[in-house]
Amino acid sequence: MVIKECVLMKRLLDVKNISFTYDNKRKIFENISFNLEKGDVLCILGPNGTGKTTLIKCLNGLHNINSGEILLENRNINSLNFREISKYIGYIPQNHTPTFPFSVMDVVLMGRAPYINITDHPKDKDVKITKNALKDLGIYSLKDKEYTALSGGERQLVFLARILAQQPDILILDEPTAHLDFGNQIKFLEIINKLASKGLSIIMSSHFPDHAFISSNKVAIMKNGTFIDFGLPNTVITEENLKKAYNIDVKLIKLTENRKISVPMKTNLTLNIEIEKK
Amino acid sequence: MELKNNEYIKILLLIFLPIALFFISFMIGRFPISPIDVVKTILSPIFPDLAVSPTITTIMFQVRLPRIIAAILIGASLAIAGAAFQGIFKNPLVSSDLLGVSNGAGFGASLAILINGADIIIQLFSFIFGIISVSITYIISKAYKTGGILVLVLSGVAISTFFNSLISGAKFIADPDDKLPEIVYWLMGSIANVNMSQIVMIIIPLFIGFIILYFLRWRINLLAMGDEEAQSLGIKPSRIRLLVIIGGTLLTSAAVSISGIIGWIGLIIPHISRMIVGPDNKILLPTSLSLGASFLLLIDNISRALIPIEIPIGILISIIGVPLFLYLLRKGYSEWS
Repeated sequence: MVIKECVLMKRLLDVKNISFTYDNKRKIFENISFNLEKGDVLCILGPNGTGKTTLIKCLNGLHNINSGEILLENRNINSLNFREISKYIGYIPQNHTPTFPFSVMDVVLMGRAPYINITDHPKDKDVKITKNALKDLGIYSLKDKEYTALSGGERQLVFLARILAQQPDILILDEPTAHLDFGNQIKFLEIINKLASKGLSIIMSSHFPDHAFISSNKVAIMKNGTFIDFGLPNTVITEENLKKAYNIDVKLIKLTENRKISVPMKTNLTLNIEIEKK
Repeated sequence: MELKNNEYIKILLLIFLPIALFFISFMIGRFPISPIDVVKTILSPIFPDLAVSPTITTIMFQVRLPRIIAAILIGASLAIAGAAFQGIFKNPLVSSDLLGVSNGAGFGASLAILINGADIIIQLFSFIFGIISVSITYIISKAYKTGGILVLVLSGVAISTFFNSLISGAKFIADPDDKLPEIVYWLMGSIANVNMSQIVMIIIPLFIGFIILYFLRWRINLLAMGDEEAQSLGIKPSRIRLLVIIGGTLLTSAAVSISGIIGWIGLIIPHISRMIVGPDNKILLPTSLSLGASFLLLIDNISRALIPIEIPIGILISIIGVPLFLYLLRKGYSEWS
């Protein structure tokens, strides 16, 4: 009986020893392995330029890995086309350059693209799903506004609604809190928690160790193109690991059983800056 | 999908406008025809009793009808292609001749004029060279590994300039007494001498172009979000872009091959349409089609009615289009903010 259950339970995402390079000379990342199950929230921490964004783009098929395997429910990502991948994985990039002032409704409707034939456009059913996504996130009242005129926090919710309309199993978010204010960051993380409790799996990158304690059950610390540690927030986010990752001293302060905050110590910067008089 | 009341009114107006202008255009010209005579004559092929006079029948069907059809087809083509190009290049400043189609067509026409080609040869050359120049632009952009929209736009600018120099070269060697004025006149753009057989020749490329853009119009929205986002939404941006380029180029070269170079419509009509119905290409493309056809009909009527000498339509479009565009810009336009 136990064995049967194990066979039935498919791993949602299985990443096996992957690496990537643009030019065959320098590896952007290598030797990365992890897996994701239903309801998992994985937070990837790491300094600037360590390959987090490139890893994220490989995970949703925007770049092709050079070695290793990415399995989505035991199917190799290379054997799937964009449309098939987009039914598994939704993605919010780190930056978005707006051009035309689409209405919020139009933007969220785009999430239905994987289910709409190339020569077709959204139907009543798609509109209904879109409206529900907007209602779920509490932004239904914005539906006729131009998305270019929204605040950073509202716009991020619009993109999240678009992903919900896309109905994927995994959400991949590249620094989703980077452009949000202090309060909106925590609100966004709570929404992530709620989505995970509904059975969605989430991978996000972040610059804040604190965020990992708030929203995730798995943490990876990435440095020089590989994971230096991976596991539960409490075991991975340690003063030693943070020092290894960011090259600064960090103090962790316990708030509650499952929540710590990290405080970077001053580094006694030795730069000698001289500002010349005009 | 549900529609609000004012959206129904907009849609009705956009359908009604070109139809109304279609009838009005029969009335206007050196020989004015009354509205009643227009209706009677239009019905006369079915009910021969209604025919008013052979003169009016000739003027309406032989002289004015080809122009009216040409104006509708050319205006609609340039506008819808411009709207689609603005969408796929994520840039409200581009128009349908971004990738070099107009200058390519211009060179084709000049070449045909230089070798004494008949009208049909001029039309064929300009159509083919319009397509050749866009193909060169596209192939060059693919040769660069980095690819991307910017490379495509820049190679478009380069190829455009290249064919423009070839046009100058053609003008330089053309006989200044007959060939040179013919080339210059062609480049100005005119639909005064369009005949039915020319229109029949472009029906197939226009039809293919319209069908491609019409069916892809919602997909163009996704490209405006950027390639990576579009890809994460399950579409292949390069494939959609190529299809739209093929559709837009067929429309533009076919239109330009009978009218000569007509600028501005592909830029301003999509803008005006976006101000009226918003940026959703699902509605924007049909709106551009309606307004493009109406605008060129209107301009053509003005060019016939205003002064006794007929003004080349390319000139008139700029003279009317530029102030109109600047006025609209002034009237609260948030697109670039």
